[in-house]
Amino acid sequence: MKLTIFKSMTALAAASLLISACGGAAPTAAPAATKAPEATKASEATKAPEATAATAKSAFKIGMILVGPYNDKGWNQANYEALDYVKAKLPGFTYDYVDKVNSADRPNTKGTQVADDLIAKGANMIIFDSDDFKDDALETAKKHPDIPVIHTSGDYSWKEGKNFKDQKNLINIMGQMEFTKMMAGCAAALGSQTGKIGFVGPLINEETRRLASSAFLGAKYCWTNILKKDAKALQFKVTWIGFWFNIPGVTLDPTKVADDFFNGGYDVVMSGIDTPEAATEAKKMVEAGKKVFYVHYDYKQGCDLAPDACLGSPYFNWGPAYLDAVKKAQAGTLTQSFTWNAPDWKNINDPDTSAVGFLPGKGLGDKSAQVDTLIKGLADGSINLYKGPLNYQDGSVFLKDGEKATEQQVWYLSQLMEGMEGASSAK
Amino acid sequence: MKENPTLHTKSPVSQLNRGLIYQGGALMLSLLFVAVIILLTGESPLHVVSALVDGAFGTPDQFARVFATLTPLVLCASGLIYTFTAGLYNLGVEGQIVIGAIASTLAIRVLQGQLPPPLVIAVSILAGTLGGVLWGLLAGALKVYGNISEIFAGLGLNFVAQGLAIYLIFGPWKRPGIASMSGTEPFDDAFALGRFGQTDAAPVALAIAVIVLVATIVIMRNTHFGLRLKAVGQNPRAAFILGMPSTRLLLSSFLVCGAFAGMAGSLQVVGLFHRLIPSISSNLGFLALLVVMLISFNAVWIAPVAFFFSALNVGSLQLPMALRMESSLSGVIQGMLVLFALLARGFSERNRKTRS
Repeated sequence: MKLTIFKSMTALAAASLLISACGGAAPTAAPAATKAPEATKASEATKAPEATAATAKSAFKIGMILVGPYNDKGWNQANYEALDYVKAKLPGFTYDYVDKVNSADRPNTKGTQVADDLIAKGANMIIFDSDDFKDDALETAKKHPDIPVIHTSGDYSWKEGKNFKDQKNLINIMGQMEFTKMMAGCAAALGSQTGKIGFVGPLINEETRRLASSAFLGAKYCWTNILKKDAKALQFKVTWIGFWFNIPGVTLDPTKVADDFFNGGYDVVMSGIDTPEAATEAKKMVEAGKKVFYVHYDYKQGCDLAPDACLGSPYFNWGPAYLDAVKKAQAGTLTQSFTWNAPDWKNINDPDTSAVGFLPGKGLGDKSAQVDTLIKGLADGSINLYKGPLNYQDGSVFLKDGEKATEQQVWYLSQLMEGMEGASSAK
Repeated sequence: MKENPTLHTKSPVSQLNRGLIYQGGALMLSLLFVAVIILLTGESPLHVVSALVDGAFGTPDQFARVFATLTPLVLCASGLIYTFTAGLYNLGVEGQIVIGAIASTLAIRVLQGQLPPPLVIAVSILAGTLGGVLWGLLAGALKVYGNISEIFAGLGLNFVAQGLAIYLIFGPWKRPGIASMSGTEPFDDAFALGRFGQTDAAPVALAIAVIVLVATIVIMRNTHFGLRLKAVGQNPRAAFILGMPSTRLLLSSFLVCGAFAGMAGSLQVVGLFHRLIPSISSNLGFLALLVVMLISFNAVWIAPVAFFFSALNVGSLQLPMALRMESSLSGVIQGMLVLFALLARGFSERNRKTRS
C-alpha cells in the first residue's frame, strides 16, 4: 500500500479537477463597452450641499455585488450597466464591482466579505443585486452604519411589509416588473400557435411566484380577450430550476428545460431566470426549421440574441433609481426606504424615467399593436389583472369578485394562480 | 521507505542537499510557470502578488478571514496526516466535512430552545464530529471490507453527501416558502461562535484547530499508534505478519480523519455561515489534500503551509476587484506548487535509485 508518485498524481489531478469544476463559470473578460446614455437636465438640477458638493461628487463610489456574471445578458448585466448610466450623469462618479458572488462560483466567499472589501477600497455605498443577499445586506448595514446599503428586490426596509427590520441605512429598491411581465405574457399568448407556453423559472419565492403569475395573467388576458380563445385551451407551465442561473450538479439545466418545453409541443418559452438559455435554444430550434419563440427577461437588448424568434423582452432599467440614490446619498438624505418603482406610463421605455420597460420582438410582428392595447389599459387603470374573481392554484379564493389586490397581496403572493401548472412551493 | 520522510533513517548530507536542490528547483519552476500564465493574460506578476498580499492582509477583516479559512484547513490537513501515513488517499474528506455540517445543523435544529445556546453549540460540534466519523468509517469499510479503492469510495461518498445537503436545503430544511440553493434559514446569533470584533474569525474554532494540530504532531511523533500507522502505511503485509492489527489501524485512520473533517464542517456552520449551504465545505477538504501532499505528510509543516494557502485563498478576491482577473488563479498557484513538488520528489527518487 505504498504511496506511489503515480497515485499521488492521480489524487492531485482529481482534487484539482474537482476544485476547478466547482469553480464554475467562465472567466470574466474585460468589461464590454457599453453605451452611456446622454446626460440630461436631471444631473445638472441636483443640488448637493454647497460646501461639500465638489469633493463629495468627485469622491463618490458605488461598490456593487452581483450574484452572477456581469455580462449575463440578463439581471446582472442590467444592474451592471446602470452603473455606467450613473457615471455618464455624474462626473467624477466611480464604481467597483465583483460579479459571480455565489457559493458555487466563489466558494469560501460571503457577500458580507465582498462588501467589507469594497468599503475598504473606498466605496461610499453598497448595492447587493440579488434577493439571495438579504442576510448579507442586513449584516453589512449593521456593520457599516454610515454606509447606505441598497438591496435590490428585498423587503427588509418595507414598514408595511412582513419582514421589516429597523435598520436605518438599509434601502430596498425594486421595479414593478409585474406590469411588464403581463405584457410579456400577452406577447407569448399572441405568438403561440399551440396555446402551450413554458416558463423557465428560477427558484421558488414570493418574487418569482408573483412574476410567473403576472406573466400567466397577461397571457390569459390576451388569449381570451384579444384572441377570443377558450381559457381552457391555454396551457401555462412553470418549471423551476432551483437558482437564478445554471449551477451544474445543483440546479436543473435551463438548456434542457427549454429544450424539453420546445420538444414537448410548447412553442413559446418565457425566461424567468438571469441567463439567456431560452433564447439560445429557441434560436437553435428556429435554425433547425421549427416555428418556436422565446420571451426574454431582465435585459433590454434581450431580443438581439435571436431577433426572429423573439416575441419581446420585459426589462429592468435600474439607472434612474441608482442615480437618485447616489444623489440622495451625496446630499446625506438617503435613509431607510422601500421603493417599488412603477413604469413611466407616458413612455414605458424612457431610459431616464421608467424603472421597467417592455420591448416587443421582431417575432411578434404587427401583433405588437395588440400588446399596446393591454399597455394602454394598464396605464389608464381600465385593466387590472390583479382584480377578482381570482383563485390560487389550489382553487382557494385569492381575490373575491371585484376585489383589487393590495401591494402586499401581490408582493407576498403565496401561490401561483389557478390554471397554471408547476409547483407553488418546494415539496 | 521511500516516500515518507518521517521514516527516513539519517540520510547522507549529499542526499539531503540533493533533496533540497530538487525542492528549491521545483518551487522556482512552479513560480516561473505561474508568472508565465499571468504574463499571458496580459497582467504583471508583481501586480498580482501585490493584490494578493493586499487582499489577505490589507484590513483586519481580511486578516481575520485568513484565520477563518485556516481553521478548517488545519483540521482537515491534520486528519489527512493519519490517512496518508497509513498509505491512504482519503479523497472523501470533502464529504466528511459536508456530513459534519449536516449533523451539526441537525443538532441545532433539534436542540434550539431546549438547551442553553452555548450547550447547543457544544453538542452540535460533537454531532458534526460524529457525523464525520461515520462518513470516514464508511469509506474505510468500503476500502477494507469491500476492496474498493479509497479514492473512488471517497469520491462516491462525496457525491452522496453533497446530494444529501442539497436535498435537505431544497426539501425538508428549506426556508419558509422558498426553494433556493442559497441555504437554510440562518440560525439566531445566539447559536454562533463568538468572533474577534465584527470579523469572521472565531477564537474558539481557532483554538480547536491548534489543539488538534499539536495533538497530531505529538501522536505521529511520539506514540505507538503513530508508529504503527507508519508501519502499515509502508508495508501492510509486513505489518500484518509482525502481528499488527492492520484492519483496525486503517479504520482508525479513517475514523480520526473523519472526526477532524466533521469538526471542520461543524465549525463552518457555527463559526462562519450560521446555516447550511450547498457548498458548506468551501472546497477546503481538497485544498487540505494539496497542503498535505506538498508537505510530504509531515504534520510539523501544516501550520505555515496552510496559512500560506489560506492567505492565497482569501487574497484572491482582490484579483477580480483590483485587476479584473479570475480569482481561481490562486488555485492554479496552489496546484502548480504541489505538482512541481511531487515531480521533484519523483525525479530525486529516481536519480537516487539509478545511482545506487
